[in-house]
Amino acid sequence: MKIFKYGDDVNTDVIFPGKYTYTISDPKEMAEHALEDLDPDFVKTVEDGDIIVAGKNFGCGSSREQAATCIKYSGVAAVIAKSFSRIFFRNCINSGLLAVECPDAVDKITKGSRVVIDREGNRIQVDGEWIAFPPIPEAVRYIIDGGGLIPYLQKKFSGKES
Amino acid sequence: MVYDKGDFPRGRDNKYPTNGGTMGKTFVEKILAERAGKNTVVPGEIVVVKPDYVMSHDNSAAIYGKFKQIGSGRVFDREQILIILDHCVPAASEKYAKNHQEIRDFVEKFDIPNFFDINTGVCHQVVIEKGFARPGRLIVGSDSHTVSYGAVGAFSAGIGRSEAAAIWATGEIWLKVPSTLKVVFNGVPKPGVTAKDLMLYLIGKIGADGALYKAVEFTGEAVFRMTIADRIVFANMTVEMGGKNGYFAPDETTFEYLRARGIDGSGFEAVFPDSDAEYEQVLTIDSASIEPQVAKPHTVDNVASVSEVAGIKIHQALIGTCTNGRIEDLRAAAAVLKGRKVAKNVRLLIFPASMEIYMQAMKEGLFETIIEAGGIVMNPGCGPCLGAHEGILAPGEVCLSTANRNFKGRMGCKTASVYLASPETVAASAIAGEICAAEAMK
Repeated sequence: MKIFKYGDDVNTDVIFPGKYTYTISDPKEMAEHALEDLDPDFVKTVEDGDIIVAGKNFGCGSSREQAATCIKYSGVAAVIAKSFSRIFFRNCINSGLLAVECPDAVDKITKGSRVVIDREGNRIQVDGEWIAFPPIPEAVRYIIDGGGLIPYLQKKFSGKES
Repeated sequence: MVYDKGDFPRGRDNKYPTNGGTMGKTFVEKILAERAGKNTVVPGEIVVVKPDYVMSHDNSAAIYGKFKQIGSGRVFDREQILIILDHCVPAASEKYAKNHQEIRDFVEKFDIPNFFDINTGVCHQVVIEKGFARPGRLIVGSDSHTVSYGAVGAFSAGIGRSEAAAIWATGEIWLKVPSTLKVVFNGVPKPGVTAKDLMLYLIGKIGADGALYKAVEFTGEAVFRMTIADRIVFANMTVEMGGKNGYFAPDETTFEYLRARGIDGSGFEAVFPDSDAEYEQVLTIDSASIEPQVAKPHTVDNVASVSEVAGIKIHQALIGTCTNGRIEDLRAAAAVLKGRKVAKNVRLLIFPASMEIYMQAMKEGLFETIIEAGGIVMNPGCGPCLGAHEGILAPGEVCLSTANRNFKGRMGCKTASVYLASPETVAASAIAGEICAAEAMK
């Protein structure tokens, strides 16, 4: 597991450039451009289970959902930030990318940190120390438990029909 | 800037006055309670609502893809869906063309009545000028600048593509009730200082996350005097400070705007905040103290006064977009350009925000003025704002734009720089060949 650490106000244009928004539709191809204008080395080195750690307002700017999708399909297990832009946060819930708002953890995590995320317990372990983060609201848990918004609705509608 | 907790003095118990034990409610608390069928809601609460409209643009093809995956087989309410093609119009490549084709196929298959093809305008302008946005309406859209409709007293917020697809299938969406920031613009701005300057100033002061997750209510003398075009600039850019929605209490200016579009008082139910509403924060700004502003590369909150950056050479000047492409903006630009010439080595691109504006500008002779000055009048649409086509920058180039974003790579090239300013400043700078204030031209 590697840590990619970035600063404040990382916007969705540098996560997934606007020039690709209507020309790329395959999520795996989206992943090839993840963070392209922020960190060109990201796609060259990212592996399954890596974690992105960032400052405040991660994912600000355009509502493009591909910003969450490209990170998810790059193999990143979670994004831990001091705060998230609201539409990006919704996109994470809906696309099943774990987005954890935890300023304390962001301050403590360094490139070499060992990070464990206890999703059910709403806490992160950074180099052996547990830090709590606010739980995902109960009212939207059904989306996460259903594997994301589209899979949840798929099940709902197929259940109706059968 | 003065920070204080509310307009009302504290009582002896150091608490704010209450309204029969219940504090008054802000606009967003009232409209979300009403639409969720609840007596009252509090910030942090999650509600499920049926929006009046769900707006989407060129991304409707991707939404259609997700809609098909959901497998509902039908749209919940075809009248609820608004589709406006604007992001890359006319199509710049086969891929964009195919994208538009898929959208037109969806529109035909599901008989979507509110579809506007590439000859209409930028989605946010169209939603407002066609009267879809009205006081008290609740509109969501899969575009972050959906916040614009608060200019006429609607609640509007951006959402993602999957969520838009979900609404097509179910008619519903969940929303978290935000806390509310009230921004009071006192006083009257100096001549030559526009709504864009005031808004850039605010964003510079509070930062790109200054209103994160929050609803914003704009008020104060400067706001009361604003046209709807000015209010759209504010509401539109609320998202650039992280806001969920931006709201202006409907007033005579709003009602007059709607009447001119054939919408009288029976066509909407305005929602107003209570006079004793509880705000998380109140900011007071002295409008008269503000100079023309620019946002420097590469963030919108990297704000300076025009005089601080005066002299920076530009290669392209862009007037238009959902932020500043209205007839008032084109008039202001033409007034500066009249009888002058755009500097050698500067390309001035004008994008009227809609065909209605385009027609009006043509009737007023504004295009003649712009073209004689050396400008290029483009078709209504988003143009190069998001880096898709019609004016992409070359490496190292500088663009001064009336748009709302200047992120790295935004206009298609990651080594180019984008500055943001008012139409007056952009027009004056196009003539000078470098950033300068319009007042300096007079």
